[in-house]
Amino acid sequence: MGTLVVAEHDNAALRPVTLNVVAAALAIGGEFDILVAGSGCASAAEEAAAIGGVAKVLLADAPAYEHALAENVGALVAEVADSYDHILAAHTTTGKNFLPRTAALLDTQMISDIIGVESPDTFLRPIYAGNAIATVKSSDAKKVVSVRGTGFDPAPADGGSAVVETVDSAIDAGVSSFVGEEIAKSERPELTSASIVISGGRGMQSGENFTLLEGIADKLGAAIGASRAAVDAGFVPNDMQVGQTGKIVAPELYIAVGISGAIQHLAGMKDSKVIVAINKDEDAPIFQVADYGLVADLFQALPDLEAALD
Amino acid sequence: MKVLVPVKRVVDANVKVRVKPDGTGIDLANVKMAVNPFCEIGIEEAVRLREAEVATEVIAVAVGESNCQEQLRTCLALGADRAILVETAPDLEPLAIAKLLKAIYDEEQPGIVILGKQSIDGDNSQTGPMFAALTGLPQGTFASNLAVDGDTAEVVREVDGGLQTVSLKMPIVVTTDLRLNEPRYASLPNIMKAKRKPLDVTTPEALGVDVGRRTEVVDVSPPPERQAGIKVENVDDLVDKLTNEAKVIGQG
Repeated sequence: MGTLVVAEHDNAALRPVTLNVVAAALAIGGEFDILVAGSGCASAAEEAAAIGGVAKVLLADAPAYEHALAENVGALVAEVADSYDHILAAHTTTGKNFLPRTAALLDTQMISDIIGVESPDTFLRPIYAGNAIATVKSSDAKKVVSVRGTGFDPAPADGGSAVVETVDSAIDAGVSSFVGEEIAKSERPELTSASIVISGGRGMQSGENFTLLEGIADKLGAAIGASRAAVDAGFVPNDMQVGQTGKIVAPELYIAVGISGAIQHLAGMKDSKVIVAINKDEDAPIFQVADYGLVADLFQALPDLEAALD
Repeated sequence: MKVLVPVKRVVDANVKVRVKPDGTGIDLANVKMAVNPFCEIGIEEAVRLREAEVATEVIAVAVGESNCQEQLRTCLALGADRAILVETAPDLEPLAIAKLLKAIYDEEQPGIVILGKQSIDGDNSQTGPMFAALTGLPQGTFASNLAVDGDTAEVVREVDGGLQTVSLKMPIVVTTDLRLNEPRYASLPNIMKAKRKPLDVTTPEALGVDVGRRTEVVDVSPPPERQAGIKVENVDDLVDKLTNEAKVIGQG
């Protein structure tokens, strides 16, 4: 038996969050294998085989898995799950899409978004936007678990030399197909794995004003995020949203600019190591979680900050 | 075509919740309750489909204690035509809820089932895809746009990298994201009218579904508190603190 980690990847390479999920598998203990399901994804499987401690890599390479459609991947994972007692995936929009399907097909009550492992059947997970931490014990024979990336430090990407075994299964439910995608291209680090994040909120007043953050982000090597208010107002696209219903980040440094600090935003960033808040309203709730607060007009402070970083 | 919209009764999004001192859960005494915001978006989308004459009837369904009738009445005031309450103990698990919804689905045979992508209390994000798996239906999760065209539908999904569009064969399951629509407010006449709309009550026993628990919540604790920090005077002071005290910038 042991643990099956379902890798997250873009067919060419693994996404960094896969290493955080492996860390959760290591915390559970026992052997673990990695499943790479995709199309033309052999290089991602090779990468997975090099991860420290992995026993075996399963490669399911078929057109039906190219875009990780939940109907197909969810059924594949349920099929492969037979020989495992833990099935783990990242709590990302990919994992959240297929893993509950897998759990339902296995008649198992999934445990979502864990941030800690207490024992092989007991896990810690945030509820109510992180305002409480629940300890949940599963009595199902199989544990189907999604993992919050920021809850676990990444496992070593090398040191392993596992065999890659082909899974001869190409499930196409035939009810869904991929039409297209608009994926944001950026030279900056990815939001959920960046060591510094600078985010703008409603106080930015417009999408154009986010350029004020860009100069600073370039100097710090930071990713740029946004509050839900800024996304809802149409300033920036949804993939930049940090919060309970957006992305969860926990960088070394989080700089919140023009963000009041609604509960749902705090849920997405309050595990950051150092938090800076820049806001002209000195009563803004964001200051209650900020290590360093600057009460200032952001249109003054941001150019000053960019200049000061030279 | 019928549209089925499962909705959840949750603590209002603006309430700051407190953990009970004995670690058994969240203190819900005298706390304002509401329709889960994502479910409200689901109701709005369904009502718009009926207004656009894509759908003929909008059915709201809740699973929980009898007080969920309040939230179902809200949904009726927002435009749902009728409502069903599956009366159960509180806090059923998503798998049990998905099974109950499948039983309702089998009876009603809707063409579209719209759920919220997650509830703001449990934050599980499971019920929609679980229900889709049990019924064998395709799913468009985290939807920011839904376009129905005959026997297929295109759903634009908010994914981590941006937006993804999928084509699904009807009947379909959709879970809502925030940008799908902006829900309307219930007007007073509609609130009055909602009181006379049909609201049926059933039970897991009547639907023949086992809702036994698979997990046990051993403890609920408050998260570690962050210490409020200090206010800095100006940008130079801030950069100095980040460089020399926190040591998070300028370290190479």
